[in-house]
Amino acid sequence: MATKIRDGAQAIIDSLQQNDVEFIFGYPGGANMPIFDALLDSPIKLILVRHEQGATHMADGYARSTGRAGVVLVTSGPGATNTITGIMTAQMDSVPLVVICGQTITPNLGLDAFQEADVSGISYPVVKHSYLIKNPNDIPRVMKEAFYIAESGRPGPVLIDVPKDVAVAKFEPDYNAELQIPGYKIPTHGDSARIAEAADLLNKAKKPILLVGHGAIISDAGKAVKSLAEQMRIPVTNTLLGKGAFSENHKLSMGMLGMHGTAYANMAVLNCDLIMSIGSRWDDRILGKTDEFCKNAKKIHVDIDPAEFNKMITPDCSILGDARLVIEELNTMIQPGDTNDWLKQIEKWKKKYPLKYLKKGGLKAQFVLDELNRLTKSNAIITTDVGQHQMWAAQFCKTTGRYDWLSSGGAGTMGFGFPAAIGAQLAHPNKLVVAVVGDGGFQMTSAELVTAVLNKLPIKILIINNKYLGMVRQWQALFFDNRYSGVDLEGNPDFVKLAEAYHAKGFRIKRNADVTRILTDALNYNDGPCIIDAEVEKEDNVFPMIPSGASYDKMVLERPKKKMDKPVGST
Amino acid sequence: MNNNYKSHSISLLVNNKPGVLIRIALVFARRGYNIDSLVVSPAHDEHFSRMSITASGDKKTLEQIIKQLNKLVDVLHATDHTTEVVIEKELALIKVECSTEQRTEILQISEHFKCQTVDITEKTLMLQSTGNSDKLDALHTLLSKYSILEMVRTGKIIMARGDTST
Repeated sequence: MATKIRDGAQAIIDSLQQNDVEFIFGYPGGANMPIFDALLDSPIKLILVRHEQGATHMADGYARSTGRAGVVLVTSGPGATNTITGIMTAQMDSVPLVVICGQTITPNLGLDAFQEADVSGISYPVVKHSYLIKNPNDIPRVMKEAFYIAESGRPGPVLIDVPKDVAVAKFEPDYNAELQIPGYKIPTHGDSARIAEAADLLNKAKKPILLVGHGAIISDAGKAVKSLAEQMRIPVTNTLLGKGAFSENHKLSMGMLGMHGTAYANMAVLNCDLIMSIGSRWDDRILGKTDEFCKNAKKIHVDIDPAEFNKMITPDCSILGDARLVIEELNTMIQPGDTNDWLKQIEKWKKKYPLKYLKKGGLKAQFVLDELNRLTKSNAIITTDVGQHQMWAAQFCKTTGRYDWLSSGGAGTMGFGFPAAIGAQLAHPNKLVVAVVGDGGFQMTSAELVTAVLNKLPIKILIINNKYLGMVRQWQALFFDNRYSGVDLEGNPDFVKLAEAYHAKGFRIKRNADVTRILTDALNYNDGPCIIDAEVEKEDNVFPMIPSGASYDKMVLERPKKKMDKPVGST
Repeated sequence: MNNNYKSHSISLLVNNKPGVLIRIALVFARRGYNIDSLVVSPAHDEHFSRMSITASGDKKTLEQIIKQLNKLVDVLHATDHTTEVVIEKELALIKVECSTEQRTEILQISEHFKCQTVDITEKTLMLQSTGNSDKLDALHTLLSKYSILEMVRTGKIIMARGDTST
């Protein structure tokens, strides 16, 4: 087939099509107009957003719920800098994005031209890789590399800066161009000797636990992990981002561990004699006090990123490789273990220290989320922002599917949940998608209501509305003598009216007695997005809690009578 | 402050492209590691560059830095050579204020260190010295009792011995 003369913008769109891109989340401007023009002749669907941060979170939601790179197209200068929060969010949580930015023409680079920002420079600390294309002939290769780098190994965002003169330059694209990334290596199979070593440690353990993280989801290790847990009868806990790697409704599941994890998972961590992390990076929310963490337990660490070994903890056995491949090989070396006593102990803890909340009094966020979990039969894609609602959702909305939990973990980005739900709903038009958000976070990206309405996306936006920045308020209550500073969200809009202003549907829940009825109505509403404004008790706190930087034996199950020490951890 | 605090010699093979140096410098800066010297030059294959970096800090942090450097797409490999026997060389130019009376004395030192005299005027003398960094440090110390007007050092370059690759 004779290659046709194309311009740079067309070559970019061709490359996106070759990568089977379905959606571009974007916003036009002077510098990316040629690419928007080329997009008109392509089957790729443009999702026009209202703010570039929203575009990156939508692409992120698409990527997290499919495992494929989400694509963003923005203009230069402020258009590009508005994506940085979303890019950082994706980088912290290993999410593949390809972010294409318009740029001023190459002769103007560095001359403070209109809407010029050194966006590739700005991106360096928050991307997996970035490009500034100066030669149109590089476009096919760079596009190919960008998708490959974004999606493979430990995934992450890749930014491509495209000057306008490159986008309009005519040339003959070579779509068979070879990748030129000799410095990029991806681990696959683990070292068999190390895996045998891990099997030996597991076989000897009396009180083992498995810790599954996002890496287990990314590598699709779920089946292998289930087989390992069931064969050896090992209880499983998951990180916040590991929700879905192992069904939280499984008998061996202990749910989430860490700062706001379940009491029984945390007690298991405190008492185990072996902990095996599968695709988790031992985040500070999990470790508490690092040198006290599982002090006397053997630690096995499976990770695809060698930089994670010895970063937070020094494991007894580290295995570099793809989590699925490693666990599959491990499963050929294990023997069914005798963990009866250990499992009985955990059952006792589960009975004695369940997740609980008061069923009397004002509307309880926990009850709303518990009901959401019951009504959806733990079968919905749940997205969240960051804060109290996120932790309650993590505790009460049990995740059973690989791609059913999308939450900003590492970055803790407010305003993530709702746009991420848009990306997920586009990827899964027939699945139930619920954005659980706070009244604070939702207002950071609520302008994307238009985007959801225009695309007729039946997303359920459940606002856990306590008219406070609840998690900060909780810390001020517990550690700062109730001195509330800057957390009162007085002046919130009427969220039902806000929904109506965007031609969306609004529901309101004010009493515990109305939760089931109104939630059911909202879950059955499918003519576009709806808001469920749950006006919950203002000053409720999330428990259990291990204060930041404290060891696991410092876990509290309810608010202590006496004042708590200020936490030593960072946040 | 920290017993592990010492100077490290690091070599990198990287893509010869704009922006690579910034990405590398950012990794050091983020972990609070000061770069003491840095030499960048094309490798024998012009698509790649060689970097030799000396930096000081504790060992554990450096291990993380080396891993982070190896994660960069533009880095083919980064290695800490501190504990290995490698060939290390550096070049220094030192300009000393020098009266006619002092000249012989300074030239004696110069000869002892096998320096080349590369510039000589009525009032100044410029010496060129090559060798390992300790030798240049010693020369610097000796010349310090005269008036050093300027000193430029290239920074250390490193190469592994024998058929081991750097």
